[in-house]
Amino acid sequence: MSSDDASDEGSEPHPEIPRNGMPGPSPDERPHPEGRRNAKGIRIDPEAEAEPEHRTAVVSALVEHEPGVLSRVSGLFSRRQFNIESLTVGPTTVEGHARITLVVEETDPGIDQVKKQLAKLKPVIQVGELDDDAVRAELVVLKVRGEEPDKVQAITEMYEGRTLDAGPRTITVQITGDQQKIDDAIDAFRQFGIIEIARTGQTALARGDTPTTPGEEPGHAKDTDEQSDEVKTGTYDD
Amino acid sequence: MSEHAPPKSDAADDAETDTGVETGAEAVVAALESAGAETLFGVQGGAIMPVYDALYDSDLQHVTMAHEQGAAHAADAYGVVSGEPGVCLATSGPGATNLVTGIADADMDSDAMVALTGQVPSHMVGSDAFQETDTTGVTAPITKHNYFAGDADTVGDTVGEAFALSAEGRPGPTLVDLPKDTTLAETDAEPGPAETPETYSVEEDPDDEQVEAAARAIERAEKPLLLFGGGVVKSDACKEARGFAMEHGIPVATTMPAIGSMPEDHELCLSWAGMHGTGYANMAITHTDCLIAVGTRFDDRLTGGVETFAPEAEVVHVDIDPAEISKNVHADYPVVGDAATAIERLDAEMDRSPQTREWRSQCRAWKDEYPLAYATPDDEPLKPQFVVEAFDEATDDDAVVTTGVGQHQMWAAQFWTYRSPRTWVSSHGLGTMGYGVPAAIGARIAADDDQQVVCFDGDGSFLMTMQEISVAVREDLDITVAVLNNRYIGMVRQWQDAFFDGRQMAADYDWCPEFDKLAEAFGAKGLRVDDYDEVADAVEEALEYDGPAVVDFHIDPAENVYPMVPSGGANGKFALSEDQL
Ligand SMILES: Cc1ncc(C[n+]2csc(CCOP(=O)(O)OP(=O)(O)O)c2C)c(N)n1
Repeated sequence: MSSDDASDEGSEPHPEIPRNGMPGPSPDERPHPEGRRNAKGIRIDPEAEAEPEHRTAVVSALVEHEPGVLSRVSGLFSRRQFNIESLTVGPTTVEGHARITLVVEETDPGIDQVKKQLAKLKPVIQVGELDDDAVRAELVVLKVRGEEPDKVQAITEMYEGRTLDAGPRTITVQITGDQQKIDDAIDAFRQFGIIEIARTGQTALARGDTPTTPGEEPGHAKDTDEQSDEVKTGTYDD
Repeated sequence: MSEHAPPKSDAADDAETDTGVETGAEAVVAALESAGAETLFGVQGGAIMPVYDALYDSDLQHVTMAHEQGAAHAADAYGVVSGEPGVCLATSGPGATNLVTGIADADMDSDAMVALTGQVPSHMVGSDAFQETDTTGVTAPITKHNYFAGDADTVGDTVGEAFALSAEGRPGPTLVDLPKDTTLAETDAEPGPAETPETYSVEEDPDDEQVEAAARAIERAEKPLLLFGGGVVKSDACKEARGFAMEHGIPVATTMPAIGSMPEDHELCLSWAGMHGTGYANMAITHTDCLIAVGTRFDDRLTGGVETFAPEAEVVHVDIDPAEISKNVHADYPVVGDAATAIERLDAEMDRSPQTREWRSQCRAWKDEYPLAYATPDDEPLKPQFVVEAFDEATDDDAVVTTGVGQHQMWAAQFWTYRSPRTWVSSHGLGTMGYGVPAAIGARIAADDDQQVVCFDGDGSFLMTMQEISVAVREDLDITVAVLNNRYIGMVRQWQDAFFDGRQMAADYDWCPEFDKLAEAFGAKGLRVDDYDEVADAVEEALEYDGPAVVDFHIDPAENVYPMVPSGGANGKFALSEDQL
């Protein structure tokens, strides 16, 4: 078979084809548009520099309380390289449900992705982002040197904390509150020499009668004898 | 006992209850049957034996593969061609880990697939028992969802749910890990109908306001371009998508997974865009003012650098997965919903078509300026593109093509004219060498009897899974494998020449065995071609052979794939030869 047979109907013969190449104007000879997108794929003014800024968001996810759900959620975040500040988890009033509270530091499109990717996981029931006025709290347990017990006690009271353990060499206290308060308290305790710290990360609920995740319904924990000391649950209209 | 209780059983009733479920393994098989599975691909082993034992009495077709990776790829390709989830099976430990590549491949390409893996008995889980692997842990990031089935009474429903979930909304692979005590345990729990879980809700019907806004944007566009993604094929929306393009005179580019969604010989079709896509598709993407993307995730092999992607375009993005909206490229007009439904709604909402006469002639001009072409001098070694064209001419329009990964894959995509969806079966997102042969097996079983199946493979890719030829021989599957043998892992050599000063480290494959003889050793037909004038006869002989045939085409080892958008580059700046990179 001759080479001519290769180029019947459809593709015209191109005698000018360079070896290892194709016909047509080269990259510089082609017209190129002025437009540009930023790293997030958003069309922007080509003159202006516009990279999206990071912000902190609190995301709450209602999930089915089943084995593996936490590893699925944390795996999602590490795989997709999301910036997670903290992640807390615990059961809710509905049997079989748990709430995961995440603090993320991302750009707006990033936060949007966090919420959408979370919502895709099968055990995730609802995802919501909390407003700035949400009720948030964090707990820190701090162990400091015990040489100045009175001063430690004074600072603990100032931050409405509690002493959990006091000995001749160490004092351990607990402080709860929002992130700023905890940071300030830790700063204040530094003067005594902090030996160890354990922080929980933030957990949060929406303020007032707004559900924390959209459409979230308060549930009723099973009233069985074993669970008689269970917290009573109500509805938003109570 | 109530009045409505059945009468005391006699012999006939006993026979009937015998057909019911008695063990967890039987529940698994019953669930597959009632979900509509027909064919399973797998390999036996200790922890999965109870399930295989239950298959003994079932009408489900089981195809034993030579390697579990082959089982996963075959199931994947079976799903792509048939439109139903493919099913693969493996034992615990190495069986399960051998499936991993195929599961990851299906995940990246959003292919519906169900993987069933055996597991050590529950009480031994976590003890590093013989052939134990944390399969749900290993596969969590590469499955749509996976299950550890610890209860014989619910295992059937779990398998049904896995089957339904894999196909629902945006498809993807699901996995059920089956500890041996679950499958051996007695149960009479018949699985119910296969249903997706309540927490997985899909919005099929897009929002009115979204549709309206998108329709207005399309109407006023001067240079609109449709970009069909794999989602168009997966949601069987090709008819609606083509109709929309033709009715409104809008040119169409596709992504690689969407090859065949638009007939490539139609005047509006610009073929596929991206790294090795056509120059004209990439020019159209660069200059469009309104990109209507349907069912695509804007992979970087398509977009190049996002900064320069469709820089002038407002983007309408139709997708069933809300998480794809504005993930890589910001959508000015998001439309969340099923592709077919969304396109029909957009069409109904449009009061007029955009004025595209000039734009269409511009696209035609680009087609003339940048044709896919190659030189075929008589005194040079055989060109691979010529082989692809020869097969295309010798086969019917609905022939199915599968491929490995590398240069041959690109030539198979470029130089074959695809006209129908589900005729192009390839590994896109993961780019898995070795996909071609097992995929041809899965495709062959799913395709109609009169559809031909041709696998274009590279010498490197073929080496990775060619043991599956033995399966094609045993099952007497009529497939043709065309090895485009350049004695290199060619795509790597091409990059080394272009970006690593020609230092061809570990790219040389001149140590490959003679594939025609290997094929014969497996019991298949083996042919070898070195020159242009042998091509036509070999193609005919291989296609006519009733059973698996392997043709080892010794092609020009120096041939490279162009056009090429260098990674992270601008689509409109594709190189036409190495000196332009
Ligand atoms: C499993 C796997 N390993 C490695 C690679 C990296 N890779 C991409 S293309 C390629 C070369 C493929 O060679 P061959 O199959 O001979 O095809 P050719 O490019 O020569 O047509 C390699 C090694 C891959 N994609 N998949």
